[in-house]
Amino acid sequence: MSQTVSYQTLAVLVENKAGVLARVADLFARRGYNIASLTVAPTRDERFSRITIVVDVESSPLEQISKQLFKLINVVEIQELTADTAIQRELIIATLDLSDGEKSTIDDVLESYSGKVLFDAEGQITVSMESNPSKVDEFEDELDKFNIVYLQRSGRIALPKIGRSIAKHTAGFE
Amino acid sequence: MEDQNTEGQIDGAKALIKSLEAEGVEIIFGYPGGAILPVYDPLIDTPIRHVLVRHEQGAGHMAEGYAHVTGKPGVCMVTSGPAATNVVTALADAYLDSVPMVCITGQVALQNIGTDAFQECDTTGITRSITKHNYLVTKAEDIPRVVKEAFHLATTGRPGPVLIDVPKSIVASNNPDSYFDWYYPDEVKLAGYNPSLMPEESEIDKAIELMLAAEKPVLYVGGGVLKARGAQALLELAEAGNIPVVTTLMARGAFPDSHELCLGMPGMHGNYTAITAIQKSDLLIAMGSRFDDRVTGKVDAFAPNAKVIHVDIDPAEHGKIRNPDISLVGDCRLVMDYMNSKITGLGGSASFANHDAWRETIVGWQTKYPLTYEQSEPGEYLKPQYVIEQLRDSCPADTIVAAGVGQHQMWASQYWNFDHPYTWVNSGGLGTMGFSIPAAIGAKAAFPDRMVWAIDGDGCFQMTAQELITATAENIPIKVALINNAYLGMVRQWQELFYDERYSEVHFGHDMPDYVMWAESMGCAAFKVEETADVKATIEKANQINDRPVVIDFRCLSEEKVYPMVVAGGSNDDVIVHPSQQGEDS
Repeated sequence: MSQTVSYQTLAVLVENKAGVLARVADLFARRGYNIASLTVAPTRDERFSRITIVVDVESSPLEQISKQLFKLINVVEIQELTADTAIQRELIIATLDLSDGEKSTIDDVLESYSGKVLFDAEGQITVSMESNPSKVDEFEDELDKFNIVYLQRSGRIALPKIGRSIAKHTAGFE
Repeated sequence: MEDQNTEGQIDGAKALIKSLEAEGVEIIFGYPGGAILPVYDPLIDTPIRHVLVRHEQGAGHMAEGYAHVTGKPGVCMVTSGPAATNVVTALADAYLDSVPMVCITGQVALQNIGTDAFQECDTTGITRSITKHNYLVTKAEDIPRVVKEAFHLATTGRPGPVLIDVPKSIVASNNPDSYFDWYYPDEVKLAGYNPSLMPEESEIDKAIELMLAAEKPVLYVGGGVLKARGAQALLELAEAGNIPVVTTLMARGAFPDSHELCLGMPGMHGNYTAITAIQKSDLLIAMGSRFDDRVTGKVDAFAPNAKVIHVDIDPAEHGKIRNPDISLVGDCRLVMDYMNSKITGLGGSASFANHDAWRETIVGWQTKYPLTYEQSEPGEYLKPQYVIEQLRDSCPADTIVAAGVGQHQMWASQYWNFDHPYTWVNSGGLGTMGFSIPAAIGAKAAFPDRMVWAIDGDGCFQMTAQELITATAENIPIKVALINNAYLGMVRQWQELFYDERYSEVHFGHDMPDYVMWAESMGCAAFKVEETADVKATIEKANQINDRPVVIDFRCLSEEKVYPMVVAGGSNDDVIVHPSQQGEDS
């Protein structure tokens, strides 16, 4: 997904209970909000998971999305993260079918984007790269110049930038 | 049947009933069936009253009616599958009108969930977006905690319906796994739920500053004031500031209609003065109201010159439709209590700008455009407005009125005189036809000594009339004023005005069915009134009957329309007043 101004990231701390992801997804569907990407993983506190959602704020104002989300009883805290206030990361993996002479070209691309070769066989190569979303966009554009067999990007994860304050909704639970 | 290992323990079914007792539940509206059967057994031994309904939707609306008039959570209990889907309408209704309600549904045994078992449906999935929260309980020992949480969630913050889905296996007395050591939690621990009741005082102070300076303020009062038990605080605030009050459909009775500051109902079928006062105001104090589209009409044209103070307990209502100048997230009563004491300290009424000119303008509108209708000609059927006026004048002031949805609902709201809070029960947000009879039964069950009238339409009546059997069987003698105009009147009105009088699928006929015969077959006293002269006497006769429900079939004119009217999506500057008032400058 491209990193344009119409996307925002919400880091949503939820109770680790059955059906919570469905509640979140339902709310987006029901109120006509668009999800661009979504990542879920448990936190180090086993009571909670974190859902990182990239939302299309063209579909509805971020404030309203956050407030509706915060009404879900299982949502404990929401951080509104922007490119300025957060470190955001995505992962991309792709398998390329290399024609003669392209090996050195892809090596150059990987070097300049700190990409890695994960597997290499039968004239094909599987590569990976992780960075902030706009860098991943650029890298994907570079890969477009090759014959792509498979390509998959992860959803986004994010942390507040050290020393920056972020907007958040919290139930004040310790 | 008890397993030896479970001695001294309690099974899930008994625990569920005991938990409801611990929550102070007096009455359950319900209907038994396969999956919920184990819970109906200990019900025999509890002091909690159970009202056996005739359709699960009725159970839900009765619980709502009970909650509307008492402020306590209404409780309904039904089985799985079709019973759960039948109660969905009532849950959606309670969700949109913020009615505190706890709904218990049976579910197939845990091991059968997901197998498309008999009477299985994904109840928590289906009800997720129409409940404040819902639970699928998977362990018997969770029952007391979940019940405690459900009642807490239903009644605090912005109230709403909470559903508890209970698999049969965890309440079955022949399942050793359904036994546990009884406990009941003292407190609720919910990591993600902590509603804020009071905004920063400094923010309220800023609101007060605006209120003191405003020259043309209006208190735009919604159902949140009733939910917060804030009618008395509202009266003090309005009187201190000499501020006119409009009460939305959900707030009728929150401020006395007979008070000189009361302008009545705004919105699509509100009165001219209430609508116009909002349009011309310089400060709108939205108190527990949510800028519903039936109130605002075209949002861009709504109260264009007004600053807005928005008081509401739900943060998501702030800025959803209209961005407020001052946003006060909190409980309406607590906020108004603070305002009242602060204003007293500032010098009370004297600290406000003078509103005499504003009040004079308003009185001018009231004089020029009162609610009005023309009495029917001799030999014609009745005018519904006249019927409601006669009903109003023949009943005690604390009579509870429940309405269905449509023209009759608007006339009831317009022509009844609501001087007391919690006397008006209606379906505002969802607009659920068939609401009034079961809701009236719920209200009457709560207050057996009060007079309860359902004002119903013929379309609505045919949707839920079977609950009159419940009313008879359970000795809950409500009264029904059937505004029988032979049509789905509101749809007919729109087809007349907006579809070139092409009447599509709206005609029922006055006599199909025979309402008197139908009502009598359900154990009601029943009357038919066709002449204007007979209206009052028949109402008085009905008011003397207390041993069974009463239905009066009022034969009304099909052509009568609800005025004033603002067309859907139109500006509130364009109020269509009664034809007799049209043609004058406005």
